[in-house]
Formats: sequence, C-alpha cells, structure tokens
Amino acid sequence: MKKQFKLQDLDCANCAAKMEEAIKKIDGVENASVSFLSQKLVIEAQEAQFDAIMKQAVKVCRRIEPDCTILL
Amino acid sequence: MNRKQKHTLFRIILSLSLFVLTLLLPLPGFWRLAAFLLPYFLIGYDVLWRAVRGILHGQVFDENFLMALATVGAFCTGEYAEAVAVMLFYQVGELFQSYAVGRSRQSIAELMDIRPDYANLERGGELIQVDPEEVAVGDTIVIKAGERVPLDGVVLEGHSSINTAALTGESLPRDIAPGDDVVSGCVNENGLIRVQVTKAFGESTVSKILDLVENTSAKKARAENFITRFARIYTPAVVLAALLLALLPPLILREPFGGWIHRALIFLVISCPCALVISVPLSFFGGIGGASRRGILVKGGNYLEALADTEIVVFDKTGTLTRGVFNVTAIHPDTFSEAQLLELAALAESYSDHPVARSLREAYGLPIDRARLGEISEQAGHGVRAQVDGRAVAVGNDKLMESLGVHWHPCHQVGTTVHVAADGVYAGHIVISDELKPQAKKAIPLLRAAGIRKTVMLTGDTREVGEAVAGTLGIDEVHTGLLPADKVQQVEKLLLERSPKGRLAFVGDGINDAPVLARADLGIAMGALGSDAAIEAADIVLMDDNPEKIADAMQISRKTRRIVYQNIVFALGVKAVVLLLGAFGMANMWEAVFADVGVSVIAILNATRALKSGK
Repeated sequence: MKKQFKLQDLDCANCAAKMEEAIKKIDGVENASVSFLSQKLVIEAQEAQFDAIMKQAVKVCRRIEPDCTILL
Repeated sequence: MNRKQKHTLFRIILSLSLFVLTLLLPLPGFWRLAAFLLPYFLIGYDVLWRAVRGILHGQVFDENFLMALATVGAFCTGEYAEAVAVMLFYQVGELFQSYAVGRSRQSIAELMDIRPDYANLERGGELIQVDPEEVAVGDTIVIKAGERVPLDGVVLEGHSSINTAALTGESLPRDIAPGDDVVSGCVNENGLIRVQVTKAFGESTVSKILDLVENTSAKKARAENFITRFARIYTPAVVLAALLLALLPPLILREPFGGWIHRALIFLVISCPCALVISVPLSFFGGIGGASRRGILVKGGNYLEALADTEIVVFDKTGTLTRGVFNVTAIHPDTFSEAQLLELAALAESYSDHPVARSLREAYGLPIDRARLGEISEQAGHGVRAQVDGRAVAVGNDKLMESLGVHWHPCHQVGTTVHVAADGVYAGHIVISDELKPQAKKAIPLLRAAGIRKTVMLTGDTREVGEAVAGTLGIDEVHTGLLPADKVQQVEKLLLERSPKGRLAFVGDGINDAPVLARADLGIAMGALGSDAAIEAADIVLMDDNPEKIADAMQISRKTRRIVYQNIVFALGVKAVVLLLGAFGMANMWEAVFADVGVSVIAILNATRALKSGK
C-alpha cells in the first residue's frame, strides 16, 4: 500500500534527495519518493510493516535533516 | 516572505552594516579579527551549528559543513573579510532561493485550489453546511451563486451557468438546466441550483484530480534522476579534489601550504550541486503546473519529458476527433416499418454505453420498457444480441451479421450503418453519422508544426467513414474496421516505426481504449470531465474535449525541457569554469560563491518560467 506524509520545514533540496535515497534502503520499503517542492514523502510498503518502517524513516530524517519533521 | 525569511533578512542587513563598518575602521591585529568575527557569527551561527550537528550525525558532505569549513579555513589563512563576505553572500543566496521556491509553490497551490470547503446539505427542509465528505450519494445539496460545486451530481432545479476554468482552462461558462450533470470543482456563476449528488466526495471528479496532481512528483523525469545520481558523485568528487589540491602541490612543489589551501577552499564552496537539485525538479513542477492551468493534467515529470520526444500521434476517431454524438440520419427497413425498426434497435441497445447505442435510444425518444427484454449479450466491436418480445434480435455492424450468417446489404449513404436482424432474418439498417469536432481540423496542422512526423487514425468504424474523416482532417494514415484488440496490434506495429528516441502517443476518449492507452509510450485521454476510465488509464489527461490541446501540451513540454537543459548546461558550465580557474589560482571566493548560490538563484528564476508556459 501507498501512504503520503507531509514534511515540515524541508528547506534543502539536496537533503530531500538524500532522504529519499536512505528511506528507499529501509527494509520492507518497496518504493519511496521525497518531493522537495510539494514537501511530501510517499512510501510504498506492506501494510503490516508500515509502523516499523515509519519509525525508521523518522530516524533517517532526524539524521539527515534534523530541522525537518515528518507529520505522521 | 514568512517569519523565518524576514528574520534572515534582518540578520543579513545587521551583519552587512557591521561588516562595512569593520572594513572602514583601522583596527590593529587581534581587534581586527574580533571585529570581523562579530558579523561572521551573527550571519553564520545557524550554518555553523548545523555543520556541527551534521558531523555528529555522520553527514560530512552536507552543504552547511562545507560552507563552515570554507569560511573557517579562510579565517585561518588570514582572509577575514573574505570569510565574512562569503558567508553573507551565501545567506543572501539562500534567502533568495527559499523565497523563489516558496513563491512557485504558492502559485501552484493557488492553481490547484479547487478543493471545496463545504456543501449546503438539505436535511428535513433545512440547509446545513457540512464537510463534502459527509454528503452521501442521493442527498440533495444547494449551490448558491459564486459557490464551488462540492460534489458531482445532477441538477434537479434551477438554471445557471457554471465556470469550468479551474478544471479545463476554458473560460467560457457552460449553461446548465435541470437534468444536466454538474462536475465538482466548477464554480456556479449566477443562479441558485439544487443538485442531487451522484458520487461520494472520494469518488468525485475534484478528489480524483487533486489526488492525481498531488501524486505527480512521485514519477520523476529521467533528467531529475540523472541530476540526483550526478549530485551523489559530484560533491564527494569535488571535496576529494579540494583535499588533493591542498596537499599534493605543496608537497611536490615544496611551496607553502597557505595559497593552495585557499584554492582548496574555493573548491569546497562550489561543491554543492544545489542549483541543479532544485532547479530541475522545479522546472518540471512548473511545467506540470502551467499545463494544468490550461486544463492539461500530466501525471508525472517523466510523461512531460516523453511528450517532448513524441513523433507519432495515433488517434481514436469516435469521441476524440469527432464529437461522439451520433445522430440517426436514415432508417432503411426491409421488413418492418421505420418506427418498428428503430424501436427494436433501441430496445436491444438499451443497456449499452456505446455512443451508437445512446444515439439510437435518443432517436427512439420514448422510455424503454425493460420488461420486454430477455437475455442480452454485448460483443465489443460487433454489436449486441438481445431477446426482445421473445424475438432474437441482433443489432450491429456487418461483422456481426456475417458471424450470424445473415444476408445483409450495404447502404449508399455515408455514415455508420447499424444492421438489424430479427430471428436470423435481415430486417434493415439504420444510418448514424457523427460530427467532426470543430477544433479537430486545426489540431492536425498544429501538431505537424510542433514537429509530429506522422499522424494515424484507428477506428472500429467502416472504411468509407474512416477515410472520409481522415481525408477531411489531413491525417496521414488510417486503419478502419478495427476491434479493440486490433487497435493494440496496430499500435504495436507503429511502435516499431519510431526512431530510437522518438515516442508514440495514443489519444483516445477512455471508452474501450484503456488497453491501447496503456500500450502506447504515452496515453492521452480527453474529455475527462465525466469519464473515470480516462483519468485512470492515461498518462496525460485533457480535461475538455479539445484535440488542439495536444499541441499546447507539446509546446509546454518542449519549453520545460529547454529550460532544464539550459539550467544543466549553465550551472555545470559556470561551476566547471570557476573550478578550473580556482585550481590555477585565478578565481577568488567571490566568484566561488557566485558559482554556488548565484548560479542557483539564476537557475531557479529560469525554472519559474516553466510555470508561466501556456498562458
């Protein structure tokens, strides 16, 4: 399934690209995309794993761009 | 400007004044350093803080870290003024960037501001304002003058005109009367109308469109992916080059480190690929936004990009080049009366959605008594077989007649001939003709002017009709008498004819052609106001029925691509030149900052032109 999240204070385009790269590498993520312009994160993954994946994604976001928060 | 940006602007002005003051004051040694550090920290504290935090998180090639390193390095080599100036200029650039990006985000948001806020629901004789999501199918809502239509429905009462500009780009209002469909997202211009809701909010046109627009960023263009991959190599490569530049020449040539470190710092300042990483997606974002203002919805940057390479355009005929509204122009019965023949055909076709069926029912004009119908089976591309009053009736084209072994005879009149057989005996035929869309004639020359090499028309209709239409419009190639599956085959054949980089687009109305829309490189569906299938299956959706918009869409896509190429060449070119000059000691920090944020701002301003396309 596919879910969309809003990103707050995503101010750097290069970080968005790095975040996308890192989120794609999380176990169980089938596809992910971070859009700097629409300030959105789209993750595709199995329903059962979603919560675990989101926890990881939040961690990745905090590491790469601490100013930015994923609105869950 | 938002609060954050105003805050930055204030800091820039303050530290700039301090900086100029410091430059003018004749301060001795240590005091001079201290005086420069004040504006430096004022303008750069956030960058320095993020740099430290980045290192703690293992983000070494972070833009903040590189700026911090470059400016601290400049301080260490005694270039105080340069260090402060670089940080100042960098922040000015960043402010500019965030302002420009914010502006384009906003204008796209305004463009897509079609989400209705509320619906006036009639409940127990009273009007209450509710969230559109709470309205159920079958409820009655009231739309006052000036309000946005919140849900798709049918007008029960009232006359008005509605403005579809937000959806189609067409500013001419459409008149509506009881019995007409209204589409959510349009604006009711004058009268008050009562509407019975036919679709829940989630299924309504406005939700579908918003969903589509919000998901466009997930499908990235090749150019975007290239930039992302390039950015991943570029920064480490430049940083490595900077390191080598700082260490090797002094060691080999036995020169002092100072000058070479300064050159290395120039490299660090240029090492951020920001100009490209922001401006390329922004151009596509803007191109998609500009297209949607004209009523052209593009489902992703990749499709916008592919559109620019399109060289073959394949059209469906009915509903795409012609209005898809058929009129019965002749009734030639063999055994029945004219009225009886029409009645039989209309009854048999009473469940079909095909445009031919609709026109038969319309010509019949009376309500259909479905109790008279027995078993019905529809064969796509052939026709319908049905039990009517206990008689086995077949209504369809000559292929259906052949397959049933009925002796039919052709008609002298040009148009679509619908044969009718009853109990295996030929009963006569009805001639139906379709009208060309008024814009279809202009569409083909426009496409040719836009660089389309070949236009093809595929139709299930007869040879006479197909060739007559193709001849009038000036279409290069026409294939007639095709079943939906044959259309896929024809498209596959045509796919072999395109050049290695060329693309083939199929244009249809979404009825019966979903497989072809999917098979072509680009599926373009038109007339999306009303057809869900079109929105689902196509890559590009033309909201109104106007085939001229295909050429518009191509123009927008070409312009977007041109802007993307300009930005890539410009940004990489300037960076390469400054890197080269820097390596030979001919560039200073100022030029380096220009190659970083200056180029970035120019590229962003260029990218925002894409948004203005198609105005």
